[in-house]
Amino acid sequence: MNEMSACQELTRKDFESNQDVRWCPGCGDYALLEQVKRLLPGLGIPRANFAFISGIGCSSRFPYYLETYGLHGIHGRAPAIASGLKLARPELSVWVVTGDGDSLAIGGNHFIHAMRRNIGLKIILLNNRIYGLTKGQCSPTSEFGKSTKSTPMGNIDRPFSPVSVALGAGAGFVARTIDNDLQHLRQTLKRAAEHPGTAFVEVRQNCVVFNDGANDPINDKDTRNDVRMLLEHGKPLRFGVDGNRGVRIRGFEPEIVTLGENGVTEADLAVHDETSAHGGLAFCLSQFAAPLPLPLGVFRAVEAMPYETLNAGLAEEARRKRGKGTLEQLLSGGHTWNVN
Amino acid sequence: MNKQIPKQDCMPAATVRRVEELDRAIVRFAGDSGDGMQLTGDAFAKIIASGGYDFATRPDYPSEIRAPTGTLFGVSGYQIQFSSHEVFTSGDAPDVLVAMNPAALKTNLADVKRGGAIIVNSSAFTDGNLSKAGYQSNPLEDASLTDYRVYRVDISGLTVRALESLGLPPKEAGRCKNYYALGLVLCLYGRPLDAEEQRIRAKFAGKARIAEANVTALRAGYAYAEACEMFVTTYVVRPGNIKPGVYRSLTGNQAAALGFVTASELAGVPLFLGSYPITPATDILHELAALRHYNVKTFQAEDEIAGICSAIGAAYGGVLGVTSTSGPGMALKTEALGLTAMLELPLVIINVQRAGPSTGLPTKVEQSDLLQAVYGRNGECPVPVIAASSPADCFDCAIEAFRIATKYMTPVILLSDGGIGNAAEPWRIPDLADMAPFEIAFRTDPEGFLPYARDANLARAWVRPGTPGMEHRLGGLEKDFLTGDISHNPLNHQRMVEVRAAKVAGIAREIPPLAISGPREGDLLVVGWGGTYGPIVQACKQAEGAGKSVAHLHLRYLNPLPGDLEETLSRYRKVLVPELNLGQLSRLLRERFLRDVVVLSKVQGKSFTQAEIYDRIMELC
Ligand code: SF4
Repeated sequence: MNEMSACQELTRKDFESNQDVRWCPGCGDYALLEQVKRLLPGLGIPRANFAFISGIGCSSRFPYYLETYGLHGIHGRAPAIASGLKLARPELSVWVVTGDGDSLAIGGNHFIHAMRRNIGLKIILLNNRIYGLTKGQCSPTSEFGKSTKSTPMGNIDRPFSPVSVALGAGAGFVARTIDNDLQHLRQTLKRAAEHPGTAFVEVRQNCVVFNDGANDPINDKDTRNDVRMLLEHGKPLRFGVDGNRGVRIRGFEPEIVTLGENGVTEADLAVHDETSAHGGLAFCLSQFAAPLPLPLGVFRAVEAMPYETLNAGLAEEARRKRGKGTLEQLLSGGHTWNVN
Repeated sequence: MNKQIPKQDCMPAATVRRVEELDRAIVRFAGDSGDGMQLTGDAFAKIIASGGYDFATRPDYPSEIRAPTGTLFGVSGYQIQFSSHEVFTSGDAPDVLVAMNPAALKTNLADVKRGGAIIVNSSAFTDGNLSKAGYQSNPLEDASLTDYRVYRVDISGLTVRALESLGLPPKEAGRCKNYYALGLVLCLYGRPLDAEEQRIRAKFAGKARIAEANVTALRAGYAYAEACEMFVTTYVVRPGNIKPGVYRSLTGNQAAALGFVTASELAGVPLFLGSYPITPATDILHELAALRHYNVKTFQAEDEIAGICSAIGAAYGGVLGVTSTSGPGMALKTEALGLTAMLELPLVIINVQRAGPSTGLPTKVEQSDLLQAVYGRNGECPVPVIAASSPADCFDCAIEAFRIATKYMTPVILLSDGGIGNAAEPWRIPDLADMAPFEIAFRTDPEGFLPYARDANLARAWVRPGTPGMEHRLGGLEKDFLTGDISHNPLNHQRMVEVRAAKVAGIAREIPPLAISGPREGDLLVVGWGGTYGPIVQACKQAEGAGKSVAHLHLRYLNPLPGDLEETLSRYRKVLVPELNLGQLSRLLRERFLRDVVVLSKVQGKSFTQAEIYDRIMELC
């Protein structure tokens, strides 16, 4: 079986590992697992060329449940492990599955550097805004004032937005999606998979045990369109159950407007541009908080030469200038002298 | 020569010049950290090397990049011992000290051999500099230097004057004074200038004016010393009777880098270094970053943890992963090191030890990370540990570390230290034909593959991602003995802990029989490890010369310890263990063999002097 036919024949089933999945029943992580299993066969990559790397936390059990190469690392360090793997073996498709505690608290440093370096990693962050595996402490994305086991009197840590952090660190591809909008989840993952360089996807995920219902407002089919907004490149920022609301930006300030009221037309709305070089609108969107709708979709998709390509270029240049090094040259280089 | 030579500065005045033959010589250059003393010492070492001598060097510099000029803590020094015989250390007491300012004189004087020569840059002995160095009165004028032969030379002024015709601004001209000083010392030892002139021109290619200025300063220094007959006696050290061959000079860090690449070339497997800058290990990153025309990738990570984790990722990808660091960085890498032991992937961690704890003395030497290397992880987590004994030995140890790592699928800690890491010695370039082949086999056969099934060495198979049909998961959670699947089974955990320990312990089988220099049994065995090799060898030789029965054993393998070590120790009435810590190897020996040993400990940021070890030997036998 040659490689191409090996890929063409792949199905969702081929990516199912023989391990029992140990997430709590109803956990949002199942949705990601399912969509990844559906996505991978269609990417034209042999199964053996996928590697999934994770850190610690509920989300980080992910690699065990997928029949690919996988490494379950240590807390927060998955991007660093994955970076080494991708640099050593650029031909592999390397994915990182992480959580809000894993990559924004203990692994914050590796996270921001993965974003800025643009190594071709696909990084999926399952954001349930709580610590699950250690049973319910606040995380860097938990709401201000939230009462958790470690913050019985209310959280006085101010949360930050993973999308803002990624954009601030210079990531080229940044998106947000949600566990139970399967269509959106799959589309977003596909876009990430196709992006050269680092691609970052925040998945709003429901932890049924420690933070159940945190995403209800953005999930409830009847009301969700009043509190969330789907981003589409080149399209005006519109939302609302009736689709008649939108976001206008005055100066640097976004505001909600209703089409048809006070003479507002679609032409007054801001238009999403995920390819904008400076990404100002993307960052503005990443800071949206109620009453502004929560944006879902691709915030930014700007291509730049991936790190591993630049790295290969350095080696080529070194060889062009100095020739491919030999062991003999290596040992006898530098200042030498003879002793007779 | 029609230059005006200000004779009044030449002291002591010379009448008849003698040339004396020496067996060995020790020279130290000392000055402000901005005076270029490391460069001068390095240039001198190259000239000495070309003369066919054996030598050893010791750079000693402050941790501040440019400490305030003239201060005691800003003094930078470089010592070299060279000889016609084997040289093991940079020597204890310098025969010649070049002191570029009062602070350099003050901090180094106590080391200089009584009756030794001190060449001072007299113009730097201003009131301001004297007070910065804490001198109440000018040592050049009071009686404090009467035990030494002092040569007062206005090095700064003479350099500027020598360069007058080149039209350089005085400040720039003044910067060449280190080459002037080098010229003086070369005259003292009758060494030729031409090779150094060529090196200067090559180094400053494209900056002809600076090259010319430095060459002129070098020549002027030499000519000055010769013309004013500055030295009553000049010296020749007879060229060495060292083993014939082609040599180059290597520091321990350079040698380690070369060793890693050699392992990669011999095995035909690429090398990946993940590293974060840290003194005194950073040169390994520099060396490897310059070798991208080999199968070498270097990655300057965002921190120490990412340094090792990226190397783990690379090792998982099937390349030779290495991470370089020093003590504090080693502490940060600890968790990831445990992960590597659990994943059973090959990885080399080189710790160029420095004085601790915490930030400690970043540029100074110590051997105090041994117990950290052997024990410092959570859980039962044995890791092989080897230590390099000299700059050149770092080369062999780097290859050996990868051999063990790949054969046993384990992380290996290679201990070096700031002393041997930065010190240079001649290295005889090995013959390629003499190098043992290095074979690495990746498993590609999916038939019957179980990720944690083991071979006769208890090593599991190394499988490169991308190999069809062998997809599997690794992780830090305890795993099933064969499948590698997560397992919380109590008996399985015990079995896995024991098999990981047995695997590392089993490395002892291939450690070569211990090589002891000196009597096979007797009164005293001196057991050393790592960078203290030089002073121990010399002290033992000296004691032997004094008629003592003393043997020396230097350990490369520290975990596991060699199988014949216990029996070896038992053949001697006393065992002396000199260590640059409070007795860490001593503790291991006592613990493993229930054998008492005498500790000779030193934690001053400096290696042992020969005399310190010799004196202790003489007290014991
Ligand atoms: S604790 Fe929460 S995040 Fe973890 S598996 Fe259960 S539901 Fe999922």
